[in-house]
Amino acid sequence: MERFAALLDALALTPSRNAKLALLADYLHETPDPDRGWALAALTDGLDFPAVKASLIRSLMAERVDPVLWTLSREYVGDTAETASLLWPEPFGERLAAPTVAEVVATLHATTRTTAPTILADLLDRLDVNGRYALLKLATGAMRIGISARLAKVAFAQAFTVSVEDVEEYWHGQSPPYAPLFDWAANGAPPPRTDLLPLFRPFMLAHPLEAESLDLSQYAAEWKWDGIRVQIVHVAGETRVYSRSGDDISATFPEVTAALTTPCVLDGELLVRGAHQGGETGGAASFNALQQRLGRKIVSKAMLAEAPAFVRLYDLLIEDGEDLREWAWEQRRTRLEALVPRLDATRFDISQVIPAKDFDDLAEIRSRARDEAIEGVMLKRRDSPYVAGRRTGLWYKWKRDPLLIDCVLMYAQRGSGKRSSFYSDFTFGCWNGDPDAGAELLPVGKAYFGFTDEELKFLDRHVRQHTVGKFGPVRETDKSLVFEVAFDSVHTSKRHKSGVAMRFPRISRIRTRQARARGGPARYAESPDRRLNR
Amino acid sequence: MTMAPPFSWLKPEPFGLHIVPADAWIDPARAVDTALVTHGHADHARGGHGLTVATPETLAIMALRYGVLETGSTPVAYGETVTLKGGVKATYVPAGHVLGSAQILLEHAGERVIVTGDYKRRADPTCPPFQVTPCDVFVTEATFGLPVFRHPPIADEMAKLLAARENDQGRCVLVGAYALGKAQRVIAELRAAGFADTIWLHGAMERMCRLYEDHGVDLGDLQPVAGVPKAALANSIVICPPSALNDRWSRRLPDPVTAMASGWMRVRQRARQRGVELPLIISDHADWDELTQTITQVNPTETWVTHGREEALLRWCELTQRKARALALVGYEDEDD
Repeated sequence: MERFAALLDALALTPSRNAKLALLADYLHETPDPDRGWALAALTDGLDFPAVKASLIRSLMAERVDPVLWTLSREYVGDTAETASLLWPEPFGERLAAPTVAEVVATLHATTRTTAPTILADLLDRLDVNGRYALLKLATGAMRIGISARLAKVAFAQAFTVSVEDVEEYWHGQSPPYAPLFDWAANGAPPPRTDLLPLFRPFMLAHPLEAESLDLSQYAAEWKWDGIRVQIVHVAGETRVYSRSGDDISATFPEVTAALTTPCVLDGELLVRGAHQGGETGGAASFNALQQRLGRKIVSKAMLAEAPAFVRLYDLLIEDGEDLREWAWEQRRTRLEALVPRLDATRFDISQVIPAKDFDDLAEIRSRARDEAIEGVMLKRRDSPYVAGRRTGLWYKWKRDPLLIDCVLMYAQRGSGKRSSFYSDFTFGCWNGDPDAGAELLPVGKAYFGFTDEELKFLDRHVRQHTVGKFGPVRETDKSLVFEVAFDSVHTSKRHKSGVAMRFPRISRIRTRQARARGGPARYAESPDRRLNR
Repeated sequence: MTMAPPFSWLKPEPFGLHIVPADAWIDPARAVDTALVTHGHADHARGGHGLTVATPETLAIMALRYGVLETGSTPVAYGETVTLKGGVKATYVPAGHVLGSAQILLEHAGERVIVTGDYKRRADPTCPPFQVTPCDVFVTEATFGLPVFRHPPIADEMAKLLAARENDQGRCVLVGAYALGKAQRVIAELRAAGFADTIWLHGAMERMCRLYEDHGVDLGDLQPVAGVPKAALANSIVICPPSALNDRWSRRLPDPVTAMASGWMRVRQRARQRGVELPLIISDHADWDELTQTITQVNPTETWVTHGREEALLRWCELTQRKARALALVGYEDEDD
């Protein structure tokens, strides 16, 4: 438990992703089974012990600490588990040996509401202050240290020098403490069986298209839809919908989950139907409409009626137990086209292959596409197998050219980690009319990448030399710097004063010369009304 | 004849404690004619007083910070007593906080009052330890006056610091520490732990370290970090004021591990807010156990709490049937300790 406690503290205080990975990989490599498996579960999914809740901690403390001193301490520290770990009275005499993570988990699993107070108190007595903190966080399932499932998998792969794709595939369907997974990775045992469970298979991804042209006799072109990439799995009567990161989002889209009854694994884009601009009637709405459905655990009937979801299918990985991933894309496509008519047509359709004569024709078709739900074009090698991750030469994405707009730097904030001494998070705005006629400069977005290290130094210096106000960590600048912002799309937003929000904004270029030449408040950034609508 | 009420000769005013018969002030927050100063930290020792009464070490620190004290100063060594106007006697007793820090024992009208300034009970190689002295009124600080504050043994924190230095990526460890007291204590404790390498200093640290050395505190090899190439600082320890930790200044260092030596580091959120990777729980103030232990040992008739988290300490006094009150004194800040 001490090592786990140390890991928890180190992870919480380490800003860089690589350093977090190294810490986690080292822990997984060095810690024996089953502790490392339980620790991994605690850090990612969270373990659930129904008999241990925050109220139990409060009542344990009420028996040991004066209520006024407890309240003052809790208010100062801001976290119940941490306050309790600090205030817990050290037992008299020598402390018993600290429990292992596995012992803690087994003990807590076996508790009932009646036994929980004594059992938790006994465990607390055996730990030092950091150990107590780790125990209480583990027991109440509130780690909050920013370890995503993805990060944990990458760390796992790093710890045992195995591929992340394999880890992703075998991880699913395993439950803590993941003994077969560790046995495979650490001891070379055969990988866990995965064919009879509704498991996630790692997605095949695309590289951005950099070549000038591709031979369309080798590559097929499809639309790239602007929804969320999903995998729908049906096996042995169970269906799951997985997001690109492998998160189970079946409950968020129950209408899609319920619609698949054919044993298969499908890859597609989840979209919602609704009002849209420029596309065919009854098609997909813009990403904005889909956003309202994301992140919801409970889906109301109204929501299901207003923004019904469906999946536009790209690929077929497994059909009826037959793994097609080694097959050529063309053959899989034929199987997919044969399968789609047998699926529920309200929930599934197929992403059409674009009938382009040659690459120039495709470029022409792409430039004319006005459907809001189109993000660009995908180019897939006709003989490509379905492989996990990004493999050079197989799939390319050719996004629509980004939209560009000149914006005025308004506020800046320092970054974190290596950027903690740099002003590197920028809020920028546009005038909502003619500045000379009393128009206001309104914030339209925030960006913290897109610039080079040299440009960052320039921006940092600019912020420091042009500060006109400070609000806590935020500096307001004199609005003399203009940069060009690239973004993928724009949608209306009630949360922004300007009424619009950009998707994926990044700084594409600093207009140093203009800014220096004109100085003063930059009036040439155009109004959001004119430039932000497309 | 009516007797004056007890301790009425010592009046808490918003900007300091006023010794009425002597017309003198203890650690006043603004310039006065006569000031009794407990120690050299800027929130207690302000410049511009007519006469400053303090230990020779504190006077040296003030001279370093404010230039020569032109108008006048009276040095009082530990254990010495001076008689002020109105027959008030003041004795300076070690407080164990920083070099020169003193509790001031005031005696008047048969009553004894101790004003602690800031203090701690842990051993500190840079100053003599706090002395428990009996009194009627004990005027105590309460910077860490919450039961969550329990400073760990300093040896544990030194071990953490030395372990962080031995990383394999050639990073240095940058320790944020108060320029007066904390920095020198950390250096002296590193030396006590057997660390003999050069310790690198931010420019703001140098003169105070020299002053400590002039007063007989051996700090080993110290070098200014200015102008030293990055590569030469790999796996070294650099000490700077807390404000420089995330400042542009730190860009000259090889990918520093940011450490902060402070009692506030006990609370995780505080460490996170400051972007500290290596919190070192090292304080020159009494923690909760030291505060309550000290009040118990001194065992005064009344306890007055000057600054810090006084509510909890007052509650503890209530629970242990001790008479206590909070003095609403302004201007004592210790965000960085």
